[in-house]
Amino acid sequence: MHFDLSVPAQLSAALAPDLVLSVGAMLLLLFAAWKAESEQRARAVGVLSIWLCVITAAIIIWMAVSGASADGGVIAVDNFRWAIDLVILLSTIIALALALDYARTEQLVTAEMYVLVLLSSAGMMLLAAARDLIMVFLAIELMSIAVYVLAGLNRRSSRSAEAALKYFLLGAFSTGFLLYGIALVYGATGTTNLSAIGSHVTEASFSGAPMLLVGIGLLVVGFGFKVALVPFHMWAPDVYEGAPTPITAYMAVAVKAAAFAAFLRVWHEAFPGASGAWLPVLWWLAVITMVVGNIIALAQRNMKRMLAYSSIAHAGYLLVAIVANRYTNAGASSLVFYLVAYTLATMGAFAVVIAVDEPGERRQNLNDYSGLWWERPWASLAMAIFMLSLLGFPIAGGMGFFAKWYILRAAIGSSHPQVSLAVILVIASVISAGYYLAVIIYMFMRPRAAQPVERRPLGLGTSLVIGVSAAALLIFGIFPAGFVGLTSRSQPTVQTAAQASPPIAAAHRQ
Amino acid sequence: MQDFLTSINYNGWVLPALLIIPLVGALVILIQSALARDDGTLAAAPSARWVALITFLVELVVSLGLWWSFDPGSSAWQARVSTAWIPQWGARFDVGVDGISLFMVLLTTFLMPLSVLGSWTSVKTKVRSYYALMLILTTGMIGVFLALDLLLFYLMWEIMLIPMYFIIGVWGGERRIYASIKFFIYTMLGSLLMLVGIIYLWMHSGDPFTGQLSFSYDQILQHAAVSSRAALWLFGAFFLAFAIKVPMFPFHTWLPDAHTEAPTAGSVILAGIMLKMGTYGFLRFALPLFPGAALTPWIRNLILILAVVGILYGALVAMVQPDFKKLVAYSSVSHLGFVMLGIFSLTLQSVQGALMVMINHGISTGALFLLIGMIYERRHTRMIDAYGGIARVMPMFAALLTLVSMSSIGLPATNGFVGEFLVLLGSFKTQPWFVLFGTIGVILAACYLLWAIKRIIYHRLDKPENEHLSDLNRRELLMMGVLAAAILWIGIYPAPILKRMERSAGNFVEQVQTGAAASNAPRLGMRRAR
Repeated sequence: MHFDLSVPAQLSAALAPDLVLSVGAMLLLLFAAWKAESEQRARAVGVLSIWLCVITAAIIIWMAVSGASADGGVIAVDNFRWAIDLVILLSTIIALALALDYARTEQLVTAEMYVLVLLSSAGMMLLAAARDLIMVFLAIELMSIAVYVLAGLNRRSSRSAEAALKYFLLGAFSTGFLLYGIALVYGATGTTNLSAIGSHVTEASFSGAPMLLVGIGLLVVGFGFKVALVPFHMWAPDVYEGAPTPITAYMAVAVKAAAFAAFLRVWHEAFPGASGAWLPVLWWLAVITMVVGNIIALAQRNMKRMLAYSSIAHAGYLLVAIVANRYTNAGASSLVFYLVAYTLATMGAFAVVIAVDEPGERRQNLNDYSGLWWERPWASLAMAIFMLSLLGFPIAGGMGFFAKWYILRAAIGSSHPQVSLAVILVIASVISAGYYLAVIIYMFMRPRAAQPVERRPLGLGTSLVIGVSAAALLIFGIFPAGFVGLTSRSQPTVQTAAQASPPIAAAHRQ
Repeated sequence: MQDFLTSINYNGWVLPALLIIPLVGALVILIQSALARDDGTLAAAPSARWVALITFLVELVVSLGLWWSFDPGSSAWQARVSTAWIPQWGARFDVGVDGISLFMVLLTTFLMPLSVLGSWTSVKTKVRSYYALMLILTTGMIGVFLALDLLLFYLMWEIMLIPMYFIIGVWGGERRIYASIKFFIYTMLGSLLMLVGIIYLWMHSGDPFTGQLSFSYDQILQHAAVSSRAALWLFGAFFLAFAIKVPMFPFHTWLPDAHTEAPTAGSVILAGIMLKMGTYGFLRFALPLFPGAALTPWIRNLILILAVVGILYGALVAMVQPDFKKLVAYSSVSHLGFVMLGIFSLTLQSVQGALMVMINHGISTGALFLLIGMIYERRHTRMIDAYGGIARVMPMFAALLTLVSMSSIGLPATNGFVGEFLVLLGSFKTQPWFVLFGTIGVILAACYLLWAIKRIIYHRLDKPENEHLSDLNRRELLMMGVLAAAILWIGIYPAPILKRMERSAGNFVEQVQTGAAASNAPRLGMRRAR
């Protein structure tokens, strides 16, 4: 089906999944507030939220299969959007399942947690669709404000409050950069529509326009904050450590996925003409993010903090896909594939962290994982798979290898081969072996703690998440063909009619 | 025999079966472990080792058919099986053997049951996981030797790292964690750069008519068009991966740690099979794919120098080791130097010799590690000083240690002689000076091993702890008997083995030399420069 986005009814139809999710979230909020807060009611909201996500996902799949499309307008209707939406919903469902168990062990009775997650996800889906800088800004705000609250959700924990405040202040600060960047770009081009900007920004027009240059620079900073690129990453470790664990997982995965989707769209639809200016910047940002993220992660002893730095390093890998996408379409597909593998592995790892943890988040140190193999053999095995997957190890790490492989392939296979970037990526992942393997060493090769802790029964949600993520990683790691086929079709559509930039090379395509 | 094999369509299923059989065994153990409610100690789970042993024996029997079904008159891929795997990227599940990989596969299936017997009583904790890892490891190792698709090869190359990492790290000696992580990171650094090389090669592997990209070894060999400058870098990436695995001096530092800290079976597999993957990689990939780069005079000479330095350095360091296991570990550096010398001398005899050394080193060093494991189980020390005169209490052990040491030194009528002699003979034609230094390595090998066994089994029996050591039991005698038979058989009658590797070795030499000639004569060669 084809949408004409200038007609309000058709615009709403094109936004159907986003609308279903938002309206559903509002209804759930009403449902939660209708009677006095109780544990059953909060759980019911949580379970219903998962179903709402499933319904939304079904609508998205239906729209994707029916080949929905649109031209121009403020939102995109293309496979890239659907793919990112599905990644976001997958991580939302996992985070909600984990949150249900987490709320029980931590005795948190807050139905709002689930609703806020849903609202934030609605913002992310909008972000994945946005094709107008105003939309980008609105979506980022919708996403971020909900996450600020979520980070501070555990009222009894001072670290949680600290995390929320830090995230809020720095997030608001970065939004300022973003907004100012948007304003300057608007000033230079007279429009906020991405494709319209794209047709204005050419090498020629760009050389004499410092306003545009500054605008693009500020946008880099704004996005850099959201996806936690070095040197804009300072907030991430503290926030990730302090926030409730399911929310940390959600931030590490979903926020990153949505922000990267917008990153890719904005850069490759609006600014291909100015790539001479931003490509070297992103190139260097990717290099420092990969190297610094991995090196600092080596020194971490707290699992959540370590995973925070690991997610920073992964942002660097994803940035390689963005840089590569300048010259080859494989960049976008590799981004989607990578995000799926990263979602499963990171979510699984956080699920194990929740499984091992004690009430009050007291058991998160690497030392607490000593001899975990004797305490929880299957969870340790799954954790080993997640760690190897994040490391990008073949077969045993499942999809993680093909994810890295896909990005390497995009980088080396573009018309301007980024071989040095690929080599740096590879060396960075060798560094990352230091801390991913450390987890395995502690779990399998160190003796058990002197006083074994009592084995807490695992919640259904957590065990399902661990089992299903590990199994999915392994299966798609051996038979990736189907997934590769799906992701290679999830390209963003670029609407600029007259693209003044050098044409995207068609030389190396499968 | 051949008729029987043909009647069951042996060549059509043997190679996939060799990859699947160990996985089935691992699955059985995994199911056992999921059902069991115990902690997996040897007392609680003795059946796991039986499952492993039976699986490996089945694997051995199945693989032995290759000996007869293999056609020595052909240098083409045999028993080949090829099916689609990831069509979008042109990756296939493509396996086959030639005269080079045949013996590596047989060596693997031969050593694995012995490794199980070698850990029969010495592995006491988490028995199920241990044997399951050994089975998975076998699939990886055989896969490396069989893969004819570069992506499949890479996956197999990496996958065997994990089980070995766990085997060293969980069941190893005191410094096992350090040794295992060093082993892992060294190997991974090398292989990831090779991965970048593989992707680059794949991007330039397009079929000239259809433009279809592929990881197929044959297609890349035929059509890969890279500039000679890129070929140099690519060779460097492959070289690093393989040189670390071999290990060549100066990339060998992971080896003494890993070999010493690994449990007995781990050392046997590491030395016996996994080191051969490095040299196999040179034979199969690094040289045939980039002959021009590999035979650039300065590169070739550098590698030959490193090989000879490895021979001498390994031998000299082995001589001063107080730890017998470390001594054997360093002797591997020395032996593998011979293999590299043989490969890069590039004559038929030297390459055949290199292949023979690869087989012999697997048998002799595997046997040495098993023998060390036996006395370690009895005395819990590997220090040479702690023994002395134990020939009196362990006569069978002494006899077998002497025989195995002779074979490792390369005494005529043992297998060691055949390989090293062929390497030196073949290399002398092209590289006389390097051979001169290599020969000194043979003498040094006699020094360090004879000196060590003198101090262990002869001298006076002056340590009271050693007076009551029991001699080898039936299980140990069985293991060593099989190995001794192999040592003598190859030493006396190597012709059937040489016959089977001759065509492939000759083909390899020819391929590399014509390839190098073609790439050194620009515009005339078949290789297109982009």
